[in-house]
Amino acid sequence: MLKVSGLQTAYGRSQVLFDVELTIGEGEVVTLLGRNGMGKTTTVKSIMGLLKPLAGEILFCGQNVRGATPESVARRGVGLVPEGRQVFPTLTVRENLVATAANRLGRSDAWTLERVYELFPRLSERVDQSAATLSGGEQQMLVLGRALMTNPKLLILDEATEGLAPVIRREIWGCIEALKGEGQSILLIDKNLSVLKRLADRHYIVEKGRTVWSGDSAALDRDSELVHGYIGL
Amino acid sequence: MAHSYMRPVLLIALLVALIALPSVAQASGYNAVTSLATRVLIYGIAAASLNFVLGYGGMVSFGHAAFFGIGGYVVGILYQHFALEEPLLGLIPGTNQMLITLPAALLVSGILAAAIGALSLRTGGVQFIMITLALAQMLFFLFVSLKTYGGDDGLIIRRTNELPGLNMRDKHTIYYVCLAVTVAFFALLYRLVHSRFAQILVGLRQSERRMAAIGLSPYRYKLVAFIISGMGCGLAGALMANFLRYASPDMLHWTKSGEFMVMVILGGVGTLFGPFIGAAVFIVLESLLASWTEHWQLGLGLILLLVVLYTQGGVQAVFSRLPGRR
Repeated sequence: MLKVSGLQTAYGRSQVLFDVELTIGEGEVVTLLGRNGMGKTTTVKSIMGLLKPLAGEILFCGQNVRGATPESVARRGVGLVPEGRQVFPTLTVRENLVATAANRLGRSDAWTLERVYELFPRLSERVDQSAATLSGGEQQMLVLGRALMTNPKLLILDEATEGLAPVIRREIWGCIEALKGEGQSILLIDKNLSVLKRLADRHYIVEKGRTVWSGDSAALDRDSELVHGYIGL
Repeated sequence: MAHSYMRPVLLIALLVALIALPSVAQASGYNAVTSLATRVLIYGIAAASLNFVLGYGGMVSFGHAAFFGIGGYVVGILYQHFALEEPLLGLIPGTNQMLITLPAALLVSGILAAAIGALSLRTGGVQFIMITLALAQMLFFLFVSLKTYGGDDGLIIRRTNELPGLNMRDKHTIYYVCLAVTVAFFALLYRLVHSRFAQILVGLRQSERRMAAIGLSPYRYKLVAFIISGMGCGLAGALMANFLRYASPDMLHWTKSGEFMVMVILGGVGTLFGPFIGAAVFIVLESLLASWTEHWQLGLGLILLLVVLYTQGGVQAVFSRLPGRR
């Protein structure tokens, strides 16, 4: 589904990514691990077209999307849940979900408001409230719901549980697990290694802008010393 | 929103008052009030159109007088060719029929808005303000130097456009025509503001990157909004030319763009009623202050300052905070 190889990206003159490799198959849940500042979010931004990579290849469903605009990447079926709570604050919960909803790939089991409310009952209690009045966790659920309403082939969650209360975190993890059960392909970026190990099929570790390790959860356990060296846990 | 059931009642009361206004004005001997109200309605349409891009879309256009003026000139130019009985460019016959001139004004202002929008929307922020201003001023100077259509002096329209079955020489009839157009415009605007399109526009104002990352092209949505807004101003200009029986370069001048912006800010940015209230306050203040002193802009400026500093959202916001309502 997604194949990234030899990815190089820079902010102005300072190069951040040197050689990032990453592959996600149909229905797979894959994580991107690494300490802060190692290039995880930069990788996501490069995939989304929010940053223009210098070199490398980004294939999405067999098509090269390197250098494409964010809207065209999103239209091909990549849904992003970015860092921070990026709702549209003055719109209501319902408006946030409906305004940008789309089913561009013509999925038969398309997401509906009802299904999103079922997934996040908290949102259904606040349908006509403006998004600015939601708690941090609810806002993050709303952003996730908004992404689902575009019926993405690949969902990217960039630190979606950062700074949330443990209860809310568990709720979001539960949803991701449910999505995985439905065969949704997901790229996860998070710090909660124990959950990720349980949830994800495979893992990639980036260190100073290079993919330095990859393997499944069993391999992650086996190489735990090496992994801890990279992630610093 | 609390008290939302009050809304239809208030709307109907307002409409009844507006319908009764000319008779009441005549009975009480203040005939000028009807003319004043006609101008308020027309400027309300223009200000509400500007507010659609400014308030909802966050596009601070300083060139909306261009669309207002072009709407007026469409009426004026078509009338001149009608009066002289020579087709425009040897092709398009002139006309004095409002059922043709108003759609023509909408069409031409829409095309102009597409051209100006296509150029200016590639920028943002201060550059956008300056480019819309510059393009509108170019049009102003074009019409000043266009001697065929009166140049500096503008175009006199001897008779208001005809509407079948109506006596358009009657000031009350013109008022009612403007009222009908305003009501229709408001109904359309109401639908538009509550549509997905407007929600996306608000989202774009809050973050274009965020919208792009969800798969929506900011430029296309903003351009469509800009065209709709330009057409609204063109409609207002066409009505104004009919009401004043005159189209002049003044309608295109940047100070007119400024007046629209002042109306929007006075009334309440990004609200449905605000621009209409702002237009009313502006026109009434203008006539009151101008009857006291020729430096009426000074007084208006002070009042604008107070509104911006203390009302948190214009006159409209003060109304909605009145005790007993929320």
